Amino acid sequence: MPPVTEQAAGAIQTTLGTPTLPAIVFFLIIVAITLAITYWAAKRTKTTKEFYAAGRSVSAFQNGLALSGDYMSAASFLGIAGMVALKGYDGMIYAVGWLVGWPALMFLIAEPLRNLGKFTFADVVAFRLKQTPVRIASAIGGILTVLFYTIAQMVGSGSLVKLMFGIPYEYAEIMVGCIMLAYVLFGGMLATTWVQIIKAVMLLCGVSAMMLMVLAKFNFNPGDLYAAVATQYGQAALEPGGLITSPIDAISLGLALMFGLLGLPHILQRFFTVPDAKAARISVLYATGFIGYFYIIIPIVGFGAAALIGREVIANIDKGGNMAAPLLAEFLGGTPFLGFIAAVAFATILAVVAGLTLAAASSFSHDIYVHVIKKGNATEQEEVRASKIATLLFGTVAVGLGILFKGQNVAFMVGLAFAIACSANFPALILSIFWKKFTTAGAVWAILTGAFLAVGLIIISPTVWVDVLGNPKGSALFALKNPAIVSMTASFLVGYVVSLLTKDETAEQKFEDEKLRTYLGVGAE
Amino acid sequence: MQKDVHSLLESSEFKSLVAKRAKISILLTILLFLSYYGFVLLIGFNKSFLAQKLNETTATTLGIPLAVAVILASWLLTVIYVVWANAVYDPEVKRLRAKLFGK
Repeated sequence: MPPVTEQAAGAIQTTLGTPTLPAIVFFLIIVAITLAITYWAAKRTKTTKEFYAAGRSVSAFQNGLALSGDYMSAASFLGIAGMVALKGYDGMIYAVGWLVGWPALMFLIAEPLRNLGKFTFADVVAFRLKQTPVRIASAIGGILTVLFYTIAQMVGSGSLVKLMFGIPYEYAEIMVGCIMLAYVLFGGMLATTWVQIIKAVMLLCGVSAMMLMVLAKFNFNPGDLYAAVATQYGQAALEPGGLITSPIDAISLGLALMFGLLGLPHILQRFFTVPDAKAARISVLYATGFIGYFYIIIPIVGFGAAALIGREVIANIDKGGNMAAPLLAEFLGGTPFLGFIAAVAFATILAVVAGLTLAAASSFSHDIYVHVIKKGNATEQEEVRASKIATLLFGTVAVGLGILFKGQNVAFMVGLAFAIACSANFPALILSIFWKKFTTAGAVWAILTGAFLAVGLIIISPTVWVDVLGNPKGSALFALKNPAIVSMTASFLVGYVVSLLTKDETAEQKFEDEKLRTYLGVGAE
Repeated sequence: MQKDVHSLLESSEFKSLVAKRAKISILLTILLFLSYYGFVLLIGFNKSFLAQKLNETTATTLGIPLAVAVILASWLLTVIYVVWANAVYDPEVKRLRAKLFGK
């Protein structure tokens, strides 16, 4: 997420930053509807299967929308529109990278994941390996991923809510935390799913309306829009600029985006909400369609903002360009439309943070409490109680970290979350599903190598060493901005070598059962 | 049961099912790689190719439709997989499951 800075709006005529009546009304409508759904869901959320996986009652189409709602964050909505507005074509290149993980998710792991798992991705990694060490390692990888992702979301959301509604940062954090906790705590996965569905529909409708209104100003011809942009800012706005200077850097980032998706716990958990592997597969088809459509039209909104509002005005309100879409909404549809878009952005934040909190809580309660502390012998009641305590704890920690990191440059944390996901969670997951000789020690070492290498390398990379810690340019010890190409390769290598050096007979014996379940769904829950 | 499972897993039908799935998912993943990393490498090594205008009267550069094409191609690959899985994979799974349980 591009850093959000707070600057006075200056002389520009905008109601942005003041809570207008339409904004408050739309906001209250969204909160009222989602809380009503939570109340409805709470009555249907008693067992663990209901709390973690919505009773596996979600249809493929619903899950496709919910996956989109879980994935399309405020960063991609406001951030990419802003990036296209200020930097032109480079923003479009960036948008493409966010989509390409979805087909890989379908081809490689969606169906086996659904067939093998119960509630968390660690169920799949630990399917035939020793529970305690593998669950602990998976939980470390999973929780680190979710934690960094959450910090980035919380810090971004506090600044965005402040910019749009004029609410002080700390209150914004607490408000996001409380509403989101209400969804997860009482309504579990069912409420979270519906919040994500509603948000995805609102976001897709809102952005589609904006795109149509922009194109209406240019005779419904995108070419005219691009021509207007080129006239104002030069042809360079439509050409690749400085985003990709080093191809190896670009490939490393591309690997993190593509395979990181296959290791994001909150995305993977959504696959346990559908009835079977076929529904899992089809939900990715829908999700890829919705998300792809979103990334195709969002650049039109960005270019529209550049042509109709102007780069200077946008950058004046927020240096990162995050307010390009809201400003454009106000220009196109006045205060009511701005109110709607602001409410959509808020719903976006809530839906993503709710999904993350549920994933973190599941990892604590299902992987650590039930399988490590209770050795798999917890009653239904104990597990539900543990998951609610974990939800409350993680929600509180998220708000606390959000406030702690106020004003810090946390843009790198999304990249870091993807780096850990693709280096720690993804290699262990795929090796455990497909490689017979994968052992417990191999899994633990692969996960730990990936996680710590990803964190360590990013600290000494230009992203943190120079941009965050303020060391002089060129002094970073590790040259790549995203470590994925090194840390993911290392994780696979370590997992491979350690597995060859160790022997895990139970794991090999259980591989037959696993295969039967992976391919035919026999015994799938 | 365990014996049936073992003989099913060792059967040529099951092995060919696994091989077919591996072949199609690896092939589609490679196509995905080619389209996305091809695009990325084009930006890295040949910016002027993407910067050329579509024709003389427009400002639109080739890069714009190409970026859209990469997204569309990614989605089309998922369509191909789903069509294949529905038409070939699912019936075969059904048949093998019936063999194991049905009789």
